Amino acid sequence: MNERHIAPAFIVAVLCAFGFMVTYGFDGNTQLQGGLLGGAFGGLGVGMILWAKHLMPNEEVEDHRHEMESSPEEQQEFNELIEGAAGDVTRRKFLSRLGLAAVGSIGLAALFPLKSLGPNPGNSLFRTGWAKGLRLVTQEGKPIKATDLEVGGALTVFPDNGEHRNERDSTIVVKVDASAIKPRRGRESWAPEGNIAYSKVCTHVGCPVGLYRENTQELLCPCHQSTFDVLDGARPIFGPASRSLPQLPLSIDSEGYLIAQSDYKEPVGPGFWSRGRRKMEDD
Amino acid sequence: MALALRRKKAGGASQPPPFRQASKWIDERLGLSKFAPKQLSKVFPDHWSFMLGEVTLYCFVILLATGVYLTFFFEPSVREVTYNGSYAPLVGTQMSAAYKSAVDLSFDVRAGLVMRQMHHWSALLFVAAMVLHLLRVFFTGAYRKPRELNWVIGVNLLILAVINGFLGYSLLDDLLSGTGVRVGYSILLSIPLIGDLAASLVFGGPFPSPAMIPRFFALHVLLLPAAIIGLLSAHLGMVWFQKHTQFRGPDRTEHNVVGTPLFPTYAVKALGLFVLVVAVVAAMSGLAQINPIWKFGPFAEAKTVAAVTSASQPDWYMGWMDGLLRLIPGWETRVAGFMIPNAFWGGIVLPGITFTVMMLWPWLEPRWTKDRKAHNLLDRPRDAPFRAGFGAGVLMFYFLLLLAGSNDVLATIFSVSPENITYVFRVLIFVGPVVTYLVTKRICEDLQGTNAHPAAPGPNHLVIRRADGGYDIAHGVHHDDPHDLVVDPNNTNAPAPGEPIDKGPTSKRKPKPKPKPKPKKEVQN
Repeated sequence: MNERHIAPAFIVAVLCAFGFMVTYGFDGNTQLQGGLLGGAFGGLGVGMILWAKHLMPNEEVEDHRHEMESSPEEQQEFNELIEGAAGDVTRRKFLSRLGLAAVGSIGLAALFPLKSLGPNPGNSLFRTGWAKGLRLVTQEGKPIKATDLEVGGALTVFPDNGEHRNERDSTIVVKVDASAIKPRRGRESWAPEGNIAYSKVCTHVGCPVGLYRENTQELLCPCHQSTFDVLDGARPIFGPASRSLPQLPLSIDSEGYLIAQSDYKEPVGPGFWSRGRRKMEDD
Repeated sequence: MALALRRKKAGGASQPPPFRQASKWIDERLGLSKFAPKQLSKVFPDHWSFMLGEVTLYCFVILLATGVYLTFFFEPSVREVTYNGSYAPLVGTQMSAAYKSAVDLSFDVRAGLVMRQMHHWSALLFVAAMVLHLLRVFFTGAYRKPRELNWVIGVNLLILAVINGFLGYSLLDDLLSGTGVRVGYSILLSIPLIGDLAASLVFGGPFPSPAMIPRFFALHVLLLPAAIIGLLSAHLGMVWFQKHTQFRGPDRTEHNVVGTPLFPTYAVKALGLFVLVVAVVAAMSGLAQINPIWKFGPFAEAKTVAAVTSASQPDWYMGWMDGLLRLIPGWETRVAGFMIPNAFWGGIVLPGITFTVMMLWPWLEPRWTKDRKAHNLLDRPRDAPFRAGFGAGVLMFYFLLLLAGSNDVLATIFSVSPENITYVFRVLIFVGPVVTYLVTKRICEDLQGTNAHPAAPGPNHLVIRRADGGYDIAHGVHHDDPHDLVVDPNNTNAPAPGEPIDKGPTSKRKPKPKPKPKPKKEVQN
C-alpha cells in the first residue's frame, strides 16, 4: 500500500463533492445528492483510514494507569476541609435552619409557575361536545338521515356544534339489522332503525377505532388490535382494551335526521385514575 | 516546491513559521506545551467493538449539524394554513403550519429533503449504535468498578435519546406521529393519582392541544440536546480520565493500558470513521426514503379519526413499549373506585423497571458474584456465563416485544390472524428469554472449556480469539485456563500465544499433519 493506492479515494471525494454542487445547481435531485454526498464523504473517509493504517506510525505502546483512589492522607485532608466548613454551618443551628427554610421556600415558589403549563383538566375528561338534540354530521358537516346508511355501512360522525371537529367527539355509527342487536338494559331505544353509535376513541390508549368488519360485526382498533363486538354493546372481545366503547344514545328528529339523545353517559377514551369517582351529570 | 522552500527560508530567518507563532502565543497565555503533548499521546486500546460508542457520538454530531439546518425552515406551530406548494396531491388541503413547513422543506427547499432524511436516519442510527455500545459494555463487564457512574450516565443518555427521538418525529404533525402522540398522552393520563394533571401539564391542556407542537419543539431542540451534551461531556470526560478498558492479552495488566497513541494515527482513524458514518448516513438519506409525511397526510383531528389504518408503527426504539401495549390482555385495576388503566403497565411500569434495573445493575451483580474489585481488564462474554445468559435473555425479551409491536404486519406477512400472532407472542415472551438464558449460559461454559472461537471453520481447526481482537488458528489446544491461550507444544505448526499473526495467509494455509483430534472431543463435552 502506498500513496498511489490511497490517492483514488481522495479523487473520488473531490469528484463527488463537485458533482454534488452541480446537481444542486441543476434540479437538486435527492437521490443524486445523497449518493454524491455519500461518495464524497466515503472517499475522504476511506482515504483517511488507509493513510492512517498504512502510512502512519502504528506501533502499540504501553502507558500506566494511575490509581483512581487517593492516598489516605489526601482523603483525610479533603474530608477535614469539608467537615470543617460543614461543622461551622451546623454549629449555628438557628441561622442554618433559617437559611434552609429560605432555600426551601424559594424552591417551592419556583414550582408555582410550572402550574401555568397546563390547566387543571376538571370536567374536560368527563364530557364531550355531544348534547341533547345535536345532529350527527360527517366531517364535512353533512347531516345524516336514519335511512342514509345501508345495513353493513359505517360512518364517522361528529356533533353539529360548530366548525371545529373535536377528536374526543368522534363517533362511529354503524347500520345493523335492528333485530340482531343485543341491547343492554336501559339502552333499548338508543339505536333507532338499527343505527348504532359508539365513541371512536379507543378505551385502551385513544387511537381511532377505525376498522369495521361487517361479517363478524366487529370494530377493530388499528393501533393495538383491540376488538369490540358491535351487536353486544361494543364489548371488548380481544386485545388490550378492557372497557366497552361508550355508546351514544341516538334518536331521529322530525325531519328524519339522526340526533343524539344526550352526551355519552360515561367518559370516552382511555382510563384514568379518578374516572370512576365522579358522577356524570345528567342532562 | 524547492523554490517555495528557499523563499520561505530567506524571508523567515528572523520570523518563525506561523504554527510556531500561534503555539507560542497560546503557550504564553495557557501553558499549552505543558499538557498538550501528554494528552495527545494518550493511549487508546484498539478493538472493533470500541468503535460503537464512537459511532454513537458521530451520529449525534450529524444530528446537531442537520438539526440546526432544519430549524431554519421548520415552523413549530399548529396555526391552520392551506397547502399551496409543489406536491400536487396535497394542494388545497388544510394543515398545520408545522406540517406544511416540513412538506415545503421536503419539496421546495433544495437539499432540504436530504437534510431531513439525514436527520431522521442518523437519529435511528444514533439509538441503534448506542444500544450496541451498551451491549458491548454490558457483556464485557466494562461497567464494573471504577466505571459504575459512567454506566449510569450512559443509561440516562439512552433515556434522553429515546425521548428526544419520539419528540422529534412527533413535531411534524403528520397523521402517523399524531396517533403516536395520542398514545403518549394516554400513557401519561394513566399514571395513578396525578395522571390527568401530568398529561395536561405536559401537553398544555387536553389532547390535542395547540401548545403541543411549540412545546415539543422547545424540548427537542433546546432542553434535551443541552442535557445530552452535558451528560455526553461527562461521559467522555470520565473515559478520558479513567482511561479506556482493554481486553486481556500479552503484556496487558490491570495497571497499564496498551494501544495506539491518540496523535496522530488514532486521531486520523477516528476522524476517518466519523467521515465514513457521515457517508453512510448521507447515502441512505439519498437512496432510502424515511418518514414520507406527505403520504401520511396532515394530522387534522377529523380526518385522522377517519383515516388511521393498520401498520401504524413508531420508530424502532419505541417499538418494545408498543409491543407490550399490544400483548397485555385487557386488565384494568380498580382500587376503591380508582382506576389503574392498562396503559400504565406497558407505558410507565415496564420502562420504569427496565431503566431502573439497568442503572442499578453495577451494584446488583456484585451481590451474587461478590466481586467488588476494580477492573480495567474486560471479560469476554464467556468469562461470565451468568451475566452473558442473563443479558441475552433480557435482550430476547425486548426483541420479542419489538416484534410484537409489528404483530399486524407479521400477521399480514404470514397470513395468520393478529389474534393468533398475539397469543403466540404472549407465550414466547416468557419462554424465549428463559431458553435464551439457558442456551447462552451453556454455550459460554462450553467455550470456556475449549477456548475456541464460536465461528471456528472446521472440526480440526480452532480459531483462538486474541485479546486484541484478532484470531489465531491453532491445532491442538489445551483448555486449562480460559484466559491464557496455551498451544500444544507438540504441534510445531501452531502459533505461539499472542504472537501477532497476519490473519489472511494463516487462515488460508492448508492444515499440516494434525495431532490427535483431542480438541474436537473437548468441544463436544
